[in-house]
Amino acid sequence: MNFKALTTVVSALSLFLVSSSSEAASTLVAVASNFTKPMTEIAEAFEKSTGHSANLSFGASGKFVAQLENGGPFEVFLSADEKSPKKLAQDGFAVADSQFTYAVGKLVLWSAMPNYVDTQGQILTKGGFKHIALADPKLAPYGAAAVELMQNLSVYDTLQPLFVQGENIAQTQQFISTGNAELGFLALSQVIENGKLANGSGWIVPATKHKPILQDAILLKTGVENPAASALLKFLKSPEALAIIKKYGYDLTEK
Amino acid sequence: MLNAADIDALWLTVQVASIATVLLLLLGTPLAWWLVRSPSRWKGICNALVALPLVLPPSVLGFYLLILMGPKGVVGHITTELGLGTLPFTFTGLVIASVLYSLPFVVQPLQAAFAAIGERPLEAAATLRASPLDTFFSVVVPLARHGFLTATILGFAHTVGEFGVVLMVGGNIPNKTRVVSVQIYNHVEALEYEQAHWLAGGLLLFSFTILLFMYGVLKTQSVAQPFK
Repeated sequence: MNFKALTTVVSALSLFLVSSSSEAASTLVAVASNFTKPMTEIAEAFEKSTGHSANLSFGASGKFVAQLENGGPFEVFLSADEKSPKKLAQDGFAVADSQFTYAVGKLVLWSAMPNYVDTQGQILTKGGFKHIALADPKLAPYGAAAVELMQNLSVYDTLQPLFVQGENIAQTQQFISTGNAELGFLALSQVIENGKLANGSGWIVPATKHKPILQDAILLKTGVENPAASALLKFLKSPEALAIIKKYGYDLTEK
Repeated sequence: MLNAADIDALWLTVQVASIATVLLLLLGTPLAWWLVRSPSRWKGICNALVALPLVLPPSVLGFYLLILMGPKGVVGHITTELGLGTLPFTFTGLVIASVLYSLPFVVQPLQAAFAAIGERPLEAAATLRASPLDTFFSVVVPLARHGFLTATILGFAHTVGEFGVVLMVGGNIPNKTRVVSVQIYNHVEALEYEQAHWLAGGLLLFSFTILLFMYGVLKTQSVAQPFK
């Protein structure tokens, strides 16, 4: 390529970048681990439909709150609970009236082994395993829901000595999928594929057995000026996004 | 102030670090000696293996340990055959992970100390008909005492400071695998900053003091050279 051609390409490219950046923006999003798969898919759809892009960072909701209260750069927060966004708004880090429930989580008792967990979850009373994994109930809503379930089934005291706790729900899955824990509690979204369990065996815990896991999103103060941030929150309520959320086994709030 | 769970975590950390340090010295001493004295061509590979935990992220070490020690892993198979069960989420598993993780911090100071002794004291001992074992304990160990001191302190302190590996193979079980670094992390994540400060500040002070002691002692003693 000669020099002239190169400059043409470079100037054309820079023109393109300049013109596109004036319309399309990018936003930094903190996403609860359990929402990793659907959010990756939603971000792609978001980019296609709006031209904006979303950079996703996954982790435990509690950790994000700590980071955000200490100058974390995220502009949108998709929490695994409704408490964390509320706290951020109260502490002045988020816009209170932007908070809404984007998904209702479903808890699953899952094992990497086929035919290990029965579809009624009776294994919890039968026992026969050495470890049962859950996300730290103090930090993770799915962990807290699992504890509530076990208390309702009156098996908490017998199972508690067998607990192994992941720092977040993704790490909990590692414990189970490597076989180190025979079974454990996860978010349904982590193990579902095309409407059914991708592998292993599981019991989808009926929503009546614990308080609903309301997962709320909120706009952070850092994202108020960014059109991509508010566009993403709006997109989360679009039929396209809702279909993806539903596909991963979440319930939707009744409107 | 510290609550009961914090104290449990501290006590557990002391136990893990103490046991790991003893094992590290037992394992690291012959290994370091071999690495210094042996003409073997495997030395390069062994040196590289020992130094790996220095450069590998704990997530890599933790990930492989979780798989290796798990029911589908080679180590997991062996321990299950031996009737020990699988090692992740156990105190033993944590000690083994710590030994691997802190190995270079013990072997390398010992290697340096052994190498610094040189041939002459060993030849002198041999002419006096000392057996190799006798030479090792009566000549090498006293001469390499700074190396042993450094190795002990670094091995212990580094095990206390271990976090990523424990997070991955520990499972956060009170009195079994919930060490102080994990406890601090939990406090921070739960926004219990006051609790976190007590433990984190304490650990900072401990680490600084132990290092200060090490460098202080070594500075005053390393001047003394017995063969001059």
